[in-house]
Amino acid sequence: MANTVLEAASRTSPGLWALAWRRLRADHVAMLALGVVVLYLLMLVASASGFLASDWENEVGVNYAPPTFVGAQSAAERGVLGNDTVATTPPPENPLDPLRDVLRELRAAPSVAQPPIINDYGIADPLQKEMDEIRATLAGKGAAVAAVRRETLPFGADKWGHDIVRKTIKGAETSIVVGLTAALLATFLGTIFGAVAGYFGGRTDDIFNWFYSIFTSVPYLLLILAVAAVLQQKGVLTIVLILGLTGWTGTFRLIRAEYLKHKNREYVWAADAIGASHLRKMFSHIFPNVSHVALVQVSILVVGFIKSEVILSFLGFGVPVGTVSWGSMLNEAQNELILGKWWQLAAASIAMAVLVTAFSLFTDALRDALDPKLK
Amino acid sequence: MTSYIIRRLWQMVPTLLGVILLVFILFNWVGGDPAYVLAGKMSNPEQIANIRRQLGVDQPFYIQLWIFIKQIVTFDFGSSWSTGETVSHVLATRIGPSMTVLIPLTILETLLAVALALGVAFVRGSRLDRAVMVACTVGMSISILVYIIVFQYWFAYKLGLFPVQGWGDSVLENLFRYSLLPILIGLAVSVAPSLRLFRTFILDEVNQDYVRTARAKGVSERRILWVHVLRNAAIPIITFVMSNLPALLIGAFLIERFFSIPGIGREVILAVERSDFPVIKAITVYVAAATMLFNLLTDLLYQAVDPRVQLK
Repeated sequence: MANTVLEAASRTSPGLWALAWRRLRADHVAMLALGVVVLYLLMLVASASGFLASDWENEVGVNYAPPTFVGAQSAAERGVLGNDTVATTPPPENPLDPLRDVLRELRAAPSVAQPPIINDYGIADPLQKEMDEIRATLAGKGAAVAAVRRETLPFGADKWGHDIVRKTIKGAETSIVVGLTAALLATFLGTIFGAVAGYFGGRTDDIFNWFYSIFTSVPYLLLILAVAAVLQQKGVLTIVLILGLTGWTGTFRLIRAEYLKHKNREYVWAADAIGASHLRKMFSHIFPNVSHVALVQVSILVVGFIKSEVILSFLGFGVPVGTVSWGSMLNEAQNELILGKWWQLAAASIAMAVLVTAFSLFTDALRDALDPKLK
Repeated sequence: MTSYIIRRLWQMVPTLLGVILLVFILFNWVGGDPAYVLAGKMSNPEQIANIRRQLGVDQPFYIQLWIFIKQIVTFDFGSSWSTGETVSHVLATRIGPSMTVLIPLTILETLLAVALALGVAFVRGSRLDRAVMVACTVGMSISILVYIIVFQYWFAYKLGLFPVQGWGDSVLENLFRYSLLPILIGLAVSVAPSLRLFRTFILDEVNQDYVRTARAKGVSERRILWVHVLRNAAIPIITFVMSNLPALLIGAFLIERFFSIPGIGREVILAVERSDFPVIKAITVYVAAATMLFNLLTDLLYQAVDPRVQLK
């Protein structure tokens, strides 16, 4: 890459991208950040294609197995927290309790083997078949896994004994895929809208500006939550759509300003003179000259959307049950922390903080490299 | 001045109509038939038809839109679907707790961020400046959730310095007992991005001619920054703080949720969880209107801060 750049430089003057790459390479922090981001992306590819962490759902450790560097938990500790020693003896009867008779009856009740009466109001369970299938597959799986559960794991285990390292990798996959796809969608929409509004101007511009002012007058998070309330279905696609359809405004404003500036440049007049169509002028003549704005927008949006996804999933409006993301991990970790089990919280927050820091540093450097006037 | 305000208010009408239309389309078409949400899981056709009639969903869409606009203008959104409380009462009672946290938070955050930004600008380019900027980037990349979870666990649950959560009836008790930790967390989360932003605003001014002139006539560097530069950097800072206020009302929802503060943000989350459409619709429309009013207020403030600004 570097050689081709230098060779090209000796013959013709280097283009915007070659210059930007050269500036970027001179910035050590940016290259380090880029390295970290590339590592995360490689991890994402490995995890998505099943090489890595595809078995995160295996319960390999004991419940809340601590990280290896902390050491195995004592029996007493586990006894308190494990589900196996739930108090079976009822607390002593309180003589002052006005409900003691009722309580006594209630406690006596389970000992009488009596099938519970379920009134299903004449409605058959529509999920009966599916539930049976799920139970059957689960039973098969459980038998296979039963084996040995380890006392400690490299970075501990969660409530069910899932390995936190694998879980974090799987969570990274969801969070990054959502962030990237939503950012691409939002930038795509923002670019198209901005190009059309800026290029045609007049009435078209007014309509898009009206649209823009509507979307910006509602706070971003409120808009997201309102859409989430209406859609009422969880899923990775839903959350990508929510973030993408509400996040295009920033890109729109910048791209529109660029098109306003470029449409009266001489090269566009020249293209007009040789009879290029509007579409051709907009996307094959002007767009390459403003594409760096779109690229910087993508990377700014990725960071924002990863953060938003984490918050949405945390609140339970994001990824569905059974899909792990950093947000759903933080949701579990919130309750675990009170029990003193800090490792899931630490893993998810560190993984996220490292990626977001690297991505933000790289974005800053990219913006400086592509637009040296801005500083 | 008056004619300017009237013209700006007039220009808000199409945008507000757009917001109303957006909310209407979102909740009436994308969201499916609200009668099914309201009737619950066990319902029969008569119940559904009955609810549809009550909500006016069986009317043609322009009548429904008209009903919606009338609701907004008269502040009468009927009652919440889940609790039966009237929506206007929900809004009126939730705004107070939100403000108890947000007003001190905004004031402290702005003062702190401006002071720090000036301090950092004073040593611009030095190692300290770079270190602060890197610290800000790292601080910003940690999710707000982590701040809340860790601070609540550590300061309230472990050390017992603050109540873990709760809300009382007296304003003073709320402000000095229950709001302290939420405000502290709000500061930890929001000072870093504000500091970064304000620093760029200040650095934009530092290279201007008037700064050189001030230096030439022997004004101390401290006075240049705090008096000359700050006055000029105030305009973008005011824009940022003011335009952020309505969004902050919603943005604080995580803090309100964790600390059980009965504010607007928590109400939004509860409403989304319960599919309580009237509450979400009302909050969305009014917050949008507030955003536009605050933008106008910001422009009016410009003139007070900078006499060069001409409002046309």
